[in-house]
Amino acid sequence: MKHAIVMEGIAKGFQHKRVIQPLDLTIEKGGIFGLLGPSGCGKTTLIKMIAGLIKPDAGSVTVLGMRVPNEALLMEIGYMAQSDALYAELTGAENLDFFAKLYHLSKKERSERIRYAAEIVGLTNDLNTWVAHYSGGMKRRLSLAIALIQNPEILILDEPTVGIDPRLKRTIWQELERLRDEERKTIVITTHVMDEAERCDELAMLREGAIIASGTPGALKGQYAAESLDDVFLQIGGGR
Amino acid sequence: MRIFSLVTRIIQQLRRDRRTLALFFLAPLLILTLMYFIFGTEASELKIVVTGSDQPTVASLKQADFQVKAAEDFSRKKMIATDTDGWLHVEHGKMELTLLNDEPSRAKAVQMQLMLGLEGHASKIPSIDSHYVYGHADTKGFDTFSPMLVSFFVFFFVFLIAGIALLKERTSGTLERLLATPIKRYEIVAGYVIGYGSFALVQTIIVVLYAVNVLDIVLVGSLWLVLVTNILVALVALSLGTLLSSFATSEFQMVQFIPLVIVPQVFFTGIFPLDGMADWLQKIGKIMPLYYASDAMNGIMYKGFSFADVYVDLIVLVAFSAVFITINIISLKRYRAL
Repeated sequence: MKHAIVMEGIAKGFQHKRVIQPLDLTIEKGGIFGLLGPSGCGKTTLIKMIAGLIKPDAGSVTVLGMRVPNEALLMEIGYMAQSDALYAELTGAENLDFFAKLYHLSKKERSERIRYAAEIVGLTNDLNTWVAHYSGGMKRRLSLAIALIQNPEILILDEPTVGIDPRLKRTIWQELERLRDEERKTIVITTHVMDEAERCDELAMLREGAIIASGTPGALKGQYAAESLDDVFLQIGGGR
Repeated sequence: MRIFSLVTRIIQQLRRDRRTLALFFLAPLLILTLMYFIFGTEASELKIVVTGSDQPTVASLKQADFQVKAAEDFSRKKMIATDTDGWLHVEHGKMELTLLNDEPSRAKAVQMQLMLGLEGHASKIPSIDSHYVYGHADTKGFDTFSPMLVSFFVFFFVFLIAGIALLKERTSGTLERLLATPIKRYEIVAGYVIGYGSFALVQTIIVVLYAVNVLDIVLVGSLWLVLVTNILVALVALSLGTLLSSFATSEFQMVQFIPLVIVPQVFFTGIFPLDGMADWLQKIGKIMPLYYASDAMNGIMYKGFSFADVYVDLIVLVAFSAVFITINIISLKRYRAL
């Protein structure tokens, strides 16, 4: 099985407005896949359909060979939403522990995974603080740690590094690359920051619910004879 | 001028929140209409039965504002069954009056009317021995409707708190995040019911014990039965609150359910007499959970009813919560198909 995620003939509309045009998308296993596009282009809708949180109007989504929605699949997908979905009245550790329990991790696994996830996002020293007192960046990091908690095969991260300082951003990217190289995880990420897009193995550019270009960052630049992905983006978007 | 910018903004905002606006203008009309019908109904006529009496007594009583019936024999059981307010038994010139006293105001009215009726008839008023089926001579109106108040407060707070809690979970995105884990929909609903239910249980115990021990509200029946009833009330409130929270987009809109869901129910708890109400009005009452809760609570606390007397009310409450919980579980499908 080479493909981690296969979407075929996917379409979605909300209240008469087409958010996702009929499209096909295949994401390989063991890579970092970037979904790039301006806000409102349908990135979030697309990844929510992978996570099984939105039902497409047409077409099918297959993840790890299983048709979405599938209960067993939820175990294998770590999802980080665009807005921080955290319990402000609980501490960081309590938030992590709560989600770990939902994945039926044993007590030993839970404490190991909490330590690991907190370490990666640099929250080890803040675990016992109430989330209500966290800064915006800390909340982002805790959300990422929750996505990692059950050691899933697939990570779906919706703009994971918004509001995170450059140094920590680098640490997080190093960890994502390590997860890809050493543990063969599949990572799907949405972003509109070009330096992050540059680090993805493969990219799909989205506009108004349609994929307007896809390929490796290098191939995209070559195709549009552009210096940077910014230029590619502006060239494609320039058609407006 | 800054003031006017603020005024313009407020008007713009409110005009877009159609629901708040509709409620603002229409909810008072709804409640006023309900009150119009409820306060507009006259109390039903007093019913008394006379046994062992001579004809003149009955005749003179008929002139008073009574619905009088003479009977060969009568009993307390028959009084309860036929909802008779008073039973006058005359023997050897002695009068024995038994009052139902389900509403103290009616019992007092019976006594007064009886005096008036007899005054016109006999030269001297014979002594009347009074007995009470429910309560006693000093029963106050508060004693009869305080049991309903206990249930009302349990319902009110559980409804709001559980509703707002689930609403918060929806708006903060944690509900969606929850549904991205392998948790089952029924597990979420069950978690809510047990989690908030346990707080509701503690609240119920505090309210009931305070009402009975500190405020000295009458409790003739079993304390356990009172607790069971209120736990069911909490369950209905919890499941209805979480259900309606999906129709609200903010805490503000959740609070708006108070005049729509809570206040109308109060009118049918028996704080205002139900038997005088028009048929259609009584039927409306029968779709309201608090109607059954009040019926059971009043029965247990004031009339000393046992489980066998109130089990129908309790079953209705269980049915209400079962329906609401099921709809809750189904409505979560909106977020995840599984």
